[in-house]
Amino acid sequence: MTGSPLTAAALLAAAVATIAIGAYGVRFSRTTSDFLVASRTVGSRWNAAAISGEYLSAASFLGVAGLIAKYGADALWYPVGFTAGYLGLLLFVAAPLRRSGAYTVPDFAEFRLGSPRLRMVAMLVVVVICIFYLVPQYQGAGLALKTLLGVPVWLGPLAVGAIVIMNVVAGGMRSITFVQAFQYWLKLTAVAIPALALAGLFLTDRGGELGGPLPPTVQQITTVEIETDVVVQVAEPAGITVTGTLDDRQVDGAPIGPAGDHTLGAGSTLTLSAGAATPVVAGTPSAGRDWISSGGGLGGRHPLYQVLSIMVATFLGTMGLPHVLVRFYTNPDGRAARRTALAVIALLSLFYLFPTLLGVFSRLYVPQLLITGTADAAVLLAPGSVIAGVAGQLLAALVAAGAIAAFLATSSGLLVSFAGALATDVLPGRVRDFRVAAVIGGLIPIPLALAASGELELSRSVGLAFAVAASTLCPLLVLGIWWRGLTATGAMAGLAVGGVLSGGAVTVAVAGGIDENVLGGWPTVLVGYPAAVSVPLAFATMLAVSRLTRATAPPDVAQTFARMHLPEHLGMGIERMPRA
Amino acid sequence: MTSSERPQRQRVVLAHRRGARMVRTRVEVQEQTQVGDALVRGLVRAQLGLALRLGAVVVALIGAIPLLNALVPGLGAITVVGIRLNWLVLAGLAYPLMYGIGWLYVRLAEQGERDFVGVVDAEP
Repeated sequence: MTGSPLTAAALLAAAVATIAIGAYGVRFSRTTSDFLVASRTVGSRWNAAAISGEYLSAASFLGVAGLIAKYGADALWYPVGFTAGYLGLLLFVAAPLRRSGAYTVPDFAEFRLGSPRLRMVAMLVVVVICIFYLVPQYQGAGLALKTLLGVPVWLGPLAVGAIVIMNVVAGGMRSITFVQAFQYWLKLTAVAIPALALAGLFLTDRGGELGGPLPPTVQQITTVEIETDVVVQVAEPAGITVTGTLDDRQVDGAPIGPAGDHTLGAGSTLTLSAGAATPVVAGTPSAGRDWISSGGGLGGRHPLYQVLSIMVATFLGTMGLPHVLVRFYTNPDGRAARRTALAVIALLSLFYLFPTLLGVFSRLYVPQLLITGTADAAVLLAPGSVIAGVAGQLLAALVAAGAIAAFLATSSGLLVSFAGALATDVLPGRVRDFRVAAVIGGLIPIPLALAASGELELSRSVGLAFAVAASTLCPLLVLGIWWRGLTATGAMAGLAVGGVLSGGAVTVAVAGGIDENVLGGWPTVLVGYPAAVSVPLAFATMLAVSRLTRATAPPDVAQTFARMHLPEHLGMGIERMPRA
Repeated sequence: MTSSERPQRQRVVLAHRRGARMVRTRVEVQEQTQVGDALVRGLVRAQLGLALRLGAVVVALIGAIPLLNALVPGLGAITVVGIRLNWLVLAGLAYPLMYGIGWLYVRLAEQGERDFVGVVDAEP
């Protein structure tokens, strides 16, 4: 799959537009406050578009469609959860967090509990979440550029890293607000037009059956190159031939053999004759009727637990994402913060309709993507391979531009929070320190992205970052905002328990996971979906340890609560700023 | 208006009596006297109660979907206008529900704050 010049041009255009709009914003960036919180002057419309632009990462743009194509109905929980997270944020965090006057999450921790040590712990958690979240973005960039242009996989992380570092270093928050608002609309266009085009095609020429007893079938002869070893599940072997390594034997144009699981070696070629039923990666639903009904989970056992854990992670995780929280500090006041969160829900609801459609149509029209592990590429490849001619190439180019916007927007946001936390808590907090921190934060994920196994789908690895956020910063903020009894020791204990449990699970999952057959599959599913266990434990630890250390509760808690909860015009608010 | 008509004399004061009281009640809140603290506690409790109630509604409605699906397996297979119910609910209806709850919360929370300011600024 090598790229057309049109796609390359679109990628370049999106990148150049990002840099140009960022450069426009630089003219407004002078002070530390501009860099950290855009001087708290971003209105709720701009802010909502910027938050959505930043939030809709590669996981939403590519990952959701890929998961839906692969797993069907249960993958719909990811977009629902990604949206519901903002409802949680609106209900429990938005206005009081803004009114606290803090400028980063660690600053909020110190404002609320008056402990510099807690501030450092919170800073570490922010840094870890940012890195867990940046790595899949960079990986996605590598995958996308490889799929689109055929360039080596290491080029994507380098290119994205370079552009993002440049933008953040130059203009900080002021500058990326414009960039991110632009990127929301670019992404919406880039996903909506292909989805609607495919929907139109589907309505005029019903190309196949989605919910039937058979796996999806290809329309014409299709050849699939296998790039890494993969176990596929064959339901209907007629018309499938393999050249290369099949079940550890060298074959040349041999039929795949009886229905069941088969291993295909790297470098093999699979040929499907017209009308042949597509094999799918083992562990994913093969027949249309399994794919379309709920309850199948996302591969592996205990599907109901998987869904519940995804709900916990995504509903509560958004509340703890530093790059989302940092945008709420840019609102002028608490009321605007609430309205921003509400507008974000509307913008996300509009957006997620289209990846869902694309996922469904990808299964129908380009089922060969289900054979290899790279269902994440569905969005990138579906429009070009279904619609022939220039129209198809234009659509493919548009999607490519949207994908690169997704990587750039989310990575910039993460880098701003990373740099904000590091610059103000470890370095002296001047503009120069912010820039140094941004360069460090932009470089760290590059080797990690290249080293990580890449076995997990984008949405699932981002889901793991959500699980870490939900188990650490979410309890800190929710209890800090609503419960007077929280103490610094309790908060630290909770952050440690939640962070170690969820972070440990993520590390094991990214490193390759645990064998399915150990102890009835529970260790696998707990490591792959830790939130349902780690979040309640983190909350419980914070509550219990705070109870035990009741005497150390900050004495000025009444004052702090009044500041967080009273409307601004009563004159209680103070805007905090770094000491430099 | 002709220059021969002299404008009526008016008494100018710094503020009305009501305004003076307003400042005093605000100071009570700001300085965290017992009365002020009780007022703030009331506001926090009201806002938290509102958030918890609406959050419970969302969790009950959305959390019911996988549980219902596990208990009544045939439910998702019902089709409405050509789309299966499980897809219609998860890919469609869930979103307006979340927006609606959010909209209601913003309205009620702002109302709560207005009521609070009304209490603080009211004549004792």
